[in-house]
Amino acid sequence: MAEHTLNAEGLNCPLPILKAKKMLKGMAAGDILKISATDPGSAADFAAFCTHTGNELLGSSTEGDLYKFEIKKS
Amino acid sequence: MLDMENTKSMSIIVTKGSLDWAYPPFILGTTAAAMDIEVTMFFTFYGLALLKKDLDLKMTTLGNPAMEMPMGGMHMKMPNMVSMIPGVDRAATTMMKNLMAKKGVASIEDLREAAVESDVRIIACQMTLDLFEYSKDTLIDGVELGGAATYMEVASKSHINLFI
Repeated sequence: MAEHTLNAEGLNCPLPILKAKKMLKGMAAGDILKISATDPGSAADFAAFCTHTGNELLGSSTEGDLYKFEIKKS
Repeated sequence: MLDMENTKSMSIIVTKGSLDWAYPPFILGTTAAAMDIEVTMFFTFYGLALLKKDLDLKMTTLGNPAMEMPMGGMHMKMPNMVSMIPGVDRAATTMMKNLMAKKGVASIEDLREAAVESDVRIIACQMTLDLFEYSKDTLIDGVELGGAATYMEVASKSHINLFI
């Protein structure tokens, strides 16, 4: 399973989601996407995005002003 | 895998063509498409201007008593009256565009491109085109033409219908 990373730091809603979707599209099922973002709204948004699209949110954490997410493509 | 029977759909009627009002429909449209929701955007009246190849979006402080711009930790009110002063709306537009770039907010050009890329169905209102004497050639590629019945047919089958 390949691992991909997305730096969405400095981007505001809805760009982190749009960029994540674009990357997920080119990934194989089971691949992992690691995202770092600074948009405080991204925590709620990536959870909602995963719930709706069926991709699995493996992890969601905050380090200071940095929000990190790990998504497994379904 | 996505269960196609459970695919959701959304339609948005886009009626406004100013810089600030261009955001809600394009943000929701592109985000919905990213969430595998089938999106149709119907551009009518001033919203049609958002489909022009060359965008030159502006905004006005007029008729917007809630508008206040962050400035040095404070907020600057934008009274209706200042809109009459030549150059104020242009300055407000520049200020908004600068603020958006600084805060990492996408441009409307970028969001529109994302919408087209993610197969958002874009319909331009034929009647508005006739009314304001726009030519389809001035609009971006991939735009369909249609009227109220075209929209209603889409809306009657959509889970979410918005008017912005």
